Amino acid sequence: MNKTILDLWVGLFVIVGIAALLFLTLKVGSMNTVNNSDSYEVIARFENIGGLKTRAPVKSAGVVVGRVAEVRFDNETYEAAVTLRLDKRYAFPKDSSAAIMTSGLLGEQYIGLEAGGDSVKLKDKDRILITQDAVVLENLIGQFLYGKAQEGAPK
Amino acid sequence: MLKQAIAHLGNRTLQGVGRIGFAVRFFVAILLHSGTAFRRFGLTIREMYFSGVQSLIIILVSGLFVGMVLGLQGYETLQTYGSEEALGILVAMSLVRELGPVVAALLFASRAGSAITAEIGLMKATEQLSAMEMMAVDPIARVVAPRFWAGVISMPLLAALFSAMGIFGGYLVGVQLIGVDEGAFWSQMQSAVDFEQDILNGVIKSVVFGIAITTIALFEGYDAPPTAEGVSGATTRTVVTSSLAVLALDFVLTAFMFRGLS
Amino acid sequence: MQHDNLVEIEDVAFDYGARPVLKGINLTAKRGQVIAIMGSSGCGKTTLLRLIGGQITPSQGTGRVAGESLGELDQAGLYRLRRKMGMLFQFGALFTDMSVFDNVAFQLREHSDLPEDAIRDMVLMKLHAVGLRGAACLMPAELSGGMARRVALARAIALDPQLVMYDEPFAGLDPISLGVTGNLIRRLTDTLGLTSILVTHDVQESLKIVDYVYFVSEGVIVAEGTADDIRASGLPYVHQFVHGEAEGPVTFHYPAAPYVTDLRLGEQSA
Repeated sequence: MNKTILDLWVGLFVIVGIAALLFLTLKVGSMNTVNNSDSYEVIARFENIGGLKTRAPVKSAGVVVGRVAEVRFDNETYEAAVTLRLDKRYAFPKDSSAAIMTSGLLGEQYIGLEAGGDSVKLKDKDRILITQDAVVLENLIGQFLYGKAQEGAPK
Repeated sequence: MLKQAIAHLGNRTLQGVGRIGFAVRFFVAILLHSGTAFRRFGLTIREMYFSGVQSLIIILVSGLFVGMVLGLQGYETLQTYGSEEALGILVAMSLVRELGPVVAALLFASRAGSAITAEIGLMKATEQLSAMEMMAVDPIARVVAPRFWAGVISMPLLAALFSAMGIFGGYLVGVQLIGVDEGAFWSQMQSAVDFEQDILNGVIKSVVFGIAITTIALFEGYDAPPTAEGVSGATTRTVVTSSLAVLALDFVLTAFMFRGLS
Repeated sequence: MQHDNLVEIEDVAFDYGARPVLKGINLTAKRGQVIAIMGSSGCGKTTLLRLIGGQITPSQGTGRVAGESLGELDQAGLYRLRRKMGMLFQFGALFTDMSVFDNVAFQLREHSDLPEDAIRDMVLMKLHAVGLRGAACLMPAELSGGMARRVALARAIALDPQLVMYDEPFAGLDPISLGVTGNLIRRLTDTLGLTSILVTHDVQESLKIVDYVYFVSEGVIVAEGTADDIRASGLPYVHQFVHGEAEGPVTFHYPAAPYVTDLRLGEQSA
């Protein structure tokens, strides 16, 4: 085997292999992982987080702006304390609200951030005061039935 | 009778432990004698041709088919829950995390690992390694280490190619053939697959598999009795041992990597 | 001061586990000589060569090559010493993945930074010396046994060693190749000023070319002398060996229990 041809093949192999790695990184995965250096953490408390998991996306206006870093149960307030790690590029007003949403009817759960009107921005370790819990399907059905029953009652 | 059986078991255990000890020392020797493999990188490139480039066909074709099967099966299962758009996630996650590194490693073990064992075993049987030693050339540095590093470099590239090809296969079946929405396929995949958690861990896995397979293959060849049966037995042992090693290591690595994920 | 004796083996013993192979061997090889170590198969001749090459260390006694004691050398020292040695293995042991040219050039490329032009000239010179300059581009698989042996010889002398060892250089060769190889060993020894050590059981061919012969049997040297001494020797073992007789001190049967007991004839009659 000619050495040049051999080198050429191996070079080609390495290039194609690295291209595959790049394809996986850029096209298949999302490179916008928020790493510790350029992010800040805020805490939000919920009475019920439903099926929210760590590393679930935090979205604002549908754009991923961060991820859930930690889900913890607070034994004093009996609430879930969720730590959100947000990208430093995005600053939110102090009175922003966080809600647990579901993508699709049965899809994964994520946190939706709705910007408020305050001129002071959220800082590291701040707390988001206004939160909205996860919608529990059983409760929803319960409310619906209850409403139907009330609708029918006066007649 | 019982005494004999227990003694036999003890003997086998001691032999096994002894062999593992030799293999570990062999591995350390490879690392210590790796200078030549990098100083004269041409040697390593040559071996990359044999272990990497020549494994390309089998890796690419297998990857494509595995991905296509994943696309079909995944679609069948997902459509019962009305979430066909998640097909991209299913295909990409299975490939990047598990199937890519593991199946590529198993193919590599049977394609390149066995070839390495047979080659080294025959070089030993025909006294080529002794001849090299008599010419004041260290066979570990000149013959073994370049093959080791070639395998360790080739393995993650092959695994990445396998995954990429598989995702392409899943795309072909899922999007082109069945008609899952193309945008949903890619975007759901992108939002679910994480660089560090999934892709980087997959690469780490394949590097570890590469180290395990090449070490086993080289050791079996170097340790093979210098006869025809010796070499053929060693070749079989390479495929069996390294496949088992890959699967066991995969479990251990997965447990470490994804344990945090509740 | 140049030692007159290139190889000196003093009272060397070696065993593979429980089985003793060599028991107190004394042997010297002077510069410029062709020495033969003879004996029947499996008597420890090859082990002796491996000892001189430093591939195994004796359990007792000392070996010296070019004034350096083999047992005291570390890996680097041993490798330095081996550059002064060449070894011809029984079946050549050519690197099967390289051409004849690359095989001969192997040591030059590993141990020197010579430009490719110089290497080319040296390799062709060595190949010319063994008469195979025209086979430079062939692969080892395309060579006959005798040609492979000669290429291996060219490879062994590539670095102009002081000592060349031959492990069964005549085994499995046709009569013509046999004569060619024998003459080649003698001629190279004389023209290059080498010392050659042959391990062989081909008495007739080697007696034509050697200066001094050692006979080894069961781990000890039973006879030594010049070629003429050996031919004239009255020792029963040497006589049997030189003349290839079936009857003599070396028996046809491997040691075993008495034939009658093995066949259990005694038991049945009892």
